Amino acid sequence: MSSIVSIQNLTKTYANGFQALKGVDLEIRAGEILALLGPNGAGKTTLISIVCGLSMPTAGRVLVDGHDVVTEFRQTRRLIGLVPQELTTDQFETVWNTVTFSRGLHGQKTNKPLIEQILKDLSLWDKRDNKLRELSGGMKRRVLIAKALAHEPRILFLDEPTAGVDVELRRGMWAAINRLRETGVTVILTTHYIEEAEEMADRIGVICGGELLLVEEKQALMQKLGRKALHLELKAPLDVLPPTLAALGVTLSDNRRGLVHEYGNGDGVAGAGEGRIGQVLAAVEAAGLSISDVSTRQSSLEDIFVSLVGAKP
Amino acid sequence: MNIEAIKSIYYFEMARMGRTLLQSVISPVITTSLYFIVFGTAIGSRINEVGGVSYGAFITPGLIMLTLLSQCISNGSIGIYFPKFTGTIYELLSAPVSMTEVVIGYVGAAATKGLLIGLIILATASFFVDLTIAHPFLMLMFMVLTAVTFSMFGFIIGIWADNFEQLNLVPMLVVPPLTFLGGSFYSIDMLPPFWAAVSHLNPVLYLVSGFRWSFYEVSDVNPLISLVMIAVCLAVCLGVLSWIFRTGYRLRK
Repeated sequence: MSSIVSIQNLTKTYANGFQALKGVDLEIRAGEILALLGPNGAGKTTLISIVCGLSMPTAGRVLVDGHDVVTEFRQTRRLIGLVPQELTTDQFETVWNTVTFSRGLHGQKTNKPLIEQILKDLSLWDKRDNKLRELSGGMKRRVLIAKALAHEPRILFLDEPTAGVDVELRRGMWAAINRLRETGVTVILTTHYIEEAEEMADRIGVICGGELLLVEEKQALMQKLGRKALHLELKAPLDVLPPTLAALGVTLSDNRRGLVHEYGNGDGVAGAGEGRIGQVLAAVEAAGLSISDVSTRQSSLEDIFVSLVGAKP
Repeated sequence: MNIEAIKSIYYFEMARMGRTLLQSVISPVITTSLYFIVFGTAIGSRINEVGGVSYGAFITPGLIMLTLLSQCISNGSIGIYFPKFTGTIYELLSAPVSMTEVVIGYVGAAATKGLLIGLIILATASFFVDLTIAHPFLMLMFMVLTAVTFSMFGFIIGIWADNFEQLNLVPMLVVPPLTFLGGSFYSIDMLPPFWAAVSHLNPVLYLVSGFRWSFYEVSDVNPLISLVMIAVCLAVCLGVLSWIFRTGYRLRK
């Protein structure tokens, strides 16, 4: 797949000296959903702001469909829709007017059937004549999405689209984003909800301290770094781990009541040790240990994220 | 040139003004009527003609200018300050519009509203005094140039201002003294020579004087100089704006 957004050595230092981005390189592929994960202040919003034109880069450059975002801003901004993080709306405008305004601002003639379709897709059609101040937070968020879609962008940036949005609405929004992807729109979303990235993204980028720590296919990332662990809880605490178990890589938990057997570890040897589960169980029985509970656990993206960001000095 | 964007901004702004039409038209009309009643009729009847023009008629151009200036500055500044304040400016900055188009949209709308109010006041004045307009075309030209120039000035203030206090500073504190001391209510011939000379430093003097000449062919300064002064003000505003756009001052971080 060809890349539709190409970010090259992007650096941003604000006037107060704060370096928000430290030479980020990133290729975004046409048609994918890319999630940018990172803690608050990681540089996610700054990155989006530069691509969309809200901020100027200090160094490096960004190409959108082959055009430079600074010198050829007309071509690049026409392709991009932006849903900002804050709920910034014209309180006194109606839903219809504010969405129509967005389309005009992007140089496109009014297209009533299109706007109608967008509002219906986002369940806003009944509210089209309401003033924005009469809407709930979730509806305002959808109005911002409608505004961003009004000029039929090929790339949509969503800056924390589901921050402060309830679970049901969040799922609705994920569905809406998936429908967009089916029409060929490239979606870049920032989030600090790991669940969101895990649910939606094709690829995941992790940003921390202004650096892009990694970009990976979600599946590959989970597989590469994901760990599985078998936990066996013992009826009676154990003082010393029997050598037969130690030889199989089993460890004793701190409270001496649990045995942990990890498999599919982070060294890229997914599945290693998987076949030993039978041996471990047999060894436990041979050692005469009685077990009160068994559980397995697969590490989530959250664990991966915490270990990545935590490992960073 | 993104014409659709200019149209969108212009109509959006005009619609915003439409919502506040009552207060934005009625209040200047009432204020101006009060001026006419007090200065034109009550006190004016005891004042001799100024330069061969009855006092009520003499102050009309100054009153129109006073309203035009303050309306254009406040409309121009609020138009761009409000999106900055609410955050909706993100949309302007991320749209394929150049700053020139943004200015045409906002300044065009602010100047239109200022002109409409100016013309309404002119109509109001005709109920109180006998108006003669010797050069209607020139009068309109003065109004349009002033409206555009000071809407631009307002736009600059709107970009500069960080809070409502700064936003109101110029229209509330700077414009009224300049207009009152700029020969709106008197001819500067009536002043002692020193103060008459000082008055020439006041740009509003040139606006009022030239504007008045288009009505009655009497003026404190040569109307050509007035036109040159407006052109200079316009050029200064354009210069500041182009600097703002080049540097992204207070707009793009």
